[in-house]
Amino acid sequence: MIDDSTRQLCFDGRNVPFRPGQSVGAALAAAGISSWRTTRVGAAPRGLFCGIGVCYDCLVTVDGRRSQRACMTPAHEGQVVASDDPRRALDEPGGPNA
Amino acid sequence: MTFRGPAPDAVIVGAGMLGAAVAYFAAAAGMSVIVVERGSIASGTTSRCEGNLLLSDKEVGPELELAHYSQYVWRGELAEHADLWEFEAKGGLVAAASEAQRAGLDALAEHQRSLGIRAEPVEGPAALREIEPAIAPHLLGGVYYPEDAQVQPVLAAHHLLRLARERGAEVRTHLPVTGIRIVGGRAVGVNTPDGAIDAGAVVVCAGPWSGDVARLAGVDLPIRPRRGFVLVTEPIPVTIRHKVYSAEYVENVASSDSGLQVSPVVEGTPSGTVLIGSSRERVGFDAGFSAEAVGRIASAAARLFPVLADVQVMRTYSGFRPYSPDHLPVIGEDARMPGLWHAAGHEGAGIGLSVGTGRLLVQAMRHATPDVSLLPFRPHRFADADAA
Repeated sequence: MIDDSTRQLCFDGRNVPFRPGQSVGAALAAAGISSWRTTRVGAAPRGLFCGIGVCYDCLVTVDGRRSQRACMTPAHEGQVVASDDPRRALDEPGGPNA
Repeated sequence: MTFRGPAPDAVIVGAGMLGAAVAYFAAAAGMSVIVVERGSIASGTTSRCEGNLLLSDKEVGPELELAHYSQYVWRGELAEHADLWEFEAKGGLVAAASEAQRAGLDALAEHQRSLGIRAEPVEGPAALREIEPAIAPHLLGGVYYPEDAQVQPVLAAHHLLRLARERGAEVRTHLPVTGIRIVGGRAVGVNTPDGAIDAGAVVVCAGPWSGDVARLAGVDLPIRPRRGFVLVTEPIPVTIRHKVYSAEYVENVASSDSGLQVSPVVEGTPSGTVLIGSSRERVGFDAGFSAEAVGRIASAAARLFPVLADVQVMRTYSGFRPYSPDHLPVIGEDARMPGLWHAAGHEGAGIGLSVGTGRLLVQAMRHATPDVSLLPFRPHRFADADAA
């Protein structure tokens, strides 16, 4: 049996463990990370809200793909997850059209 | 509970944007009014639209005049409340994809300018991209309308009704009108499950359901539903700065085709989501989902803004515009039934036109000469045409 603790993704340069089948959002929450995006108006923190893919509050960049729902994205070994910067234009590097 | 006080000056049927506007101006003029709504406030078309206050998409004629007048009311008498309903003068940009479309837009803009509307030519693709950096490079130019604006329609309806109540109006929701009371060939009130409400006038503000209400008085009002979808994207960085649409939107608004028509209308919102329309189809009150309509709207929007191709649609919604056969609303007293008034049938422009409509209707109800002639909007004009 594989030791679960060896599975890790990388969030903003920090190693975050996950269990098989966990979503990126669940792994982040289990590691005590509750926010990885800010709103355009007032820069309020955002993370998991509905947890079922509907509200799009938990958007995160996964392996260079912008605006992925953390709650719907399965965690993988070696995955690179980055918090979203609402000021970065869509066509800047790291954006979906890069 | 039956209404037991003295009969009010008017009973308004419908608490959407039009009912709210009529109630506000009536109460502000010192009239006593009761608003009767079968659902809740703004539960119909008002909560399923975009809240446009547009001059840009109006052909020269009575509707443009009403739109211009409504802008004057939004920015004048109602200016002090603008923040309550998130009034945003975001400006509109109409883009042409062909020389023929460009010539059409230029001709329309010239007429609009002659009426005092600001319509600024945008000469060439570079000028277009100065206004909207992410717009598609194949577009040739267009016209910029700095006065085009937007409000949050649900907030606008609620606040106008609140202001009306502060001036004595009564609003009764979840109370359907089941009949119109007629005495001596005159509308004198409505029947509801809670009893009769007698009033000096009955004002039908029931949007696409106005024909059903008018029929209770034996009057034919050919207002029909015309369905439209709106797409809402995930929140993205500031990418689209104005309300942007293609020249064919103006053509589709003016068309009477019952089949599906799609023309892209794209705008960013303060929260970062992008609202994308538009479709028009006559399918009765079918509130089902249409993959064809939504798919074609999405494709058309991505042709206008290629950067949208990889942006996710978070949800969609649809609503029924109150469609009128000649694309003009019905505003005024019905000559076939004295005491019965209408303020309906503004199709996709009802939010913007509501406050002008309400103000003018109340002027007419008070026997004043309306600031803008209501003759082109007379409710019985369709019957005139049948008789002719």
